[in-house]
Amino acid sequence: MEYNKIEHLINEAQKNNVKISEIVIKAEIEETEFKRDVIIEKMRENLEVMKDSIKEGINKNIKSASGLTGGDAVKLRDFDNFIGGKILQNIITKALAVSEVNACMGKVVAGPTAGASGIVPALLLSIAEEYKIEDDDVIKALFTAGGLGEVVAKKATLAGAAGGCQAECGVGSAMAAGAAVELLGGSPKQVGDAFALALKNLLGLVCDPVAGLVEVPCVKRNGFAASHALTAVNMSMSNIASVIPPDEVIEAMMEIGDLMSVSLKETSDGGLATTKTGKKIAEDLKDF
Amino acid sequence: MIGPSSSHTAGAVKVGYLAKTIFKDKIKKADIHLHGSFARTFKGHGTDRALVGGLLGFKPDDERIRDSLNIAAERGVEIEFHLSELRNVHPNTAKLDLYGENKQMTIIGSSVGGSQIKIIKIDNYEVDFNGEMPTLWVLHKDEPGEIGIITSILGSYKLNIARMIVFRNKKGEVGSAIIELDHKVNDYVISQLDNMEDIYQVRYIEPF
Repeated sequence: MEYNKIEHLINEAQKNNVKISEIVIKAEIEETEFKRDVIIEKMRENLEVMKDSIKEGINKNIKSASGLTGGDAVKLRDFDNFIGGKILQNIITKALAVSEVNACMGKVVAGPTAGASGIVPALLLSIAEEYKIEDDDVIKALFTAGGLGEVVAKKATLAGAAGGCQAECGVGSAMAAGAAVELLGGSPKQVGDAFALALKNLLGLVCDPVAGLVEVPCVKRNGFAASHALTAVNMSMSNIASVIPPDEVIEAMMEIGDLMSVSLKETSDGGLATTKTGKKIAEDLKDF
Repeated sequence: MIGPSSSHTAGAVKVGYLAKTIFKDKIKKADIHLHGSFARTFKGHGTDRALVGGLLGFKPDDERIRDSLNIAAERGVEIEFHLSELRNVHPNTAKLDLYGENKQMTIIGSSVGGSQIKIIKIDNYEVDFNGEMPTLWVLHKDEPGEIGIITSILGSYKLNIARMIVFRNKKGEVGSAIIELDHKVNDYVISQLDNMEDIYQVRYIEPF
């Protein structure tokens, strides 16, 4: 089956009384003609890359080539007075870790993009750790995340250069929230609500990276977007619905992306990139 | 993939990789023109290293991408970057002028987000493919029945066409066909196509 809308995924899952991940896996089997276990193993490889990138960022005090980012995951890991509970501390720490590894040209899984690669692994693996959830179930949740992202890719865009950061960290947060709800036993409808809630509340987010690097504000933003996803998960799991359905939120995101000035879409011609400090950093890194 | 950007790094690797596959022969020199967001932010994203890595045959998860500029120099591939304004293209677009022993080719590719890409032009031929399916690019004589011959050959080997785009610049001269297939194509089928009198060139691009 082909799915072009989140609604298709939800309806199909409800009709067959399965999780959304199952619908995504089936579509993948049809499309690629690979066997189920081949597809599952491919996703397991992604999960391993995610785990490695978390380890790398948390255990080593890494620094990007520009010197702008790195080492913050370690700081947060060691922070004893964190307010908000262990799981939130883990989520933000892991998101920073992956994002720092990415800024150092390390290996990550784009989710949906490299600039937003910290959000999905941080949320899913922190929840899995907390509730002792098996890898096999996390892998399924990753298919759900992938399916949700796929719809955005088909209906709108995942490029910061075309839609701003709402299309990257916004969608990453929404994918993570939806997948986490499935991981926690939420219904397909709740997956859709979590997705819509997370994306809705990051609409309009611009892509204005300082000096054109995927570092400021991108690295820390992964931490924010991951904790934002947790809010959406909690709302959806407590049966708070999104008034605007997920597919309409995607449409709104595309419309906003089209209306956004080019200077705020990954050109570094506006926003944070052209602040006094942003410009000074760019000038200092000119020959970098 | 290797960071930091799926569109500006991984997508750029794919554009370079597909360009290398289409060019086929050894690349001696590449003039790389960067447009839009690629031009504005290529250093920070490593787009330069990514495109060159792809041209050297590296895939998006190859850690050698970080050193691709040095590796290109070691292999004697001359690389030059230019900031250019291309018309009516996606903001993340690169034009690659590739030079081999006795030939030159221009390939334009866009990175449309989340590491997905699109090759939009090869020399003067407008094309449109993303390298995610087994893809054939065939140059043939532009005359009635020629496309039928190509599709019959593919059909006789049970190769199903998923999508096909045909284009020509001038009637009766050279036609260009991009053919995306559901299955991989073996060398024998390619040689069958290549041996046809009115087929001038066949390129096969395997998915990543």
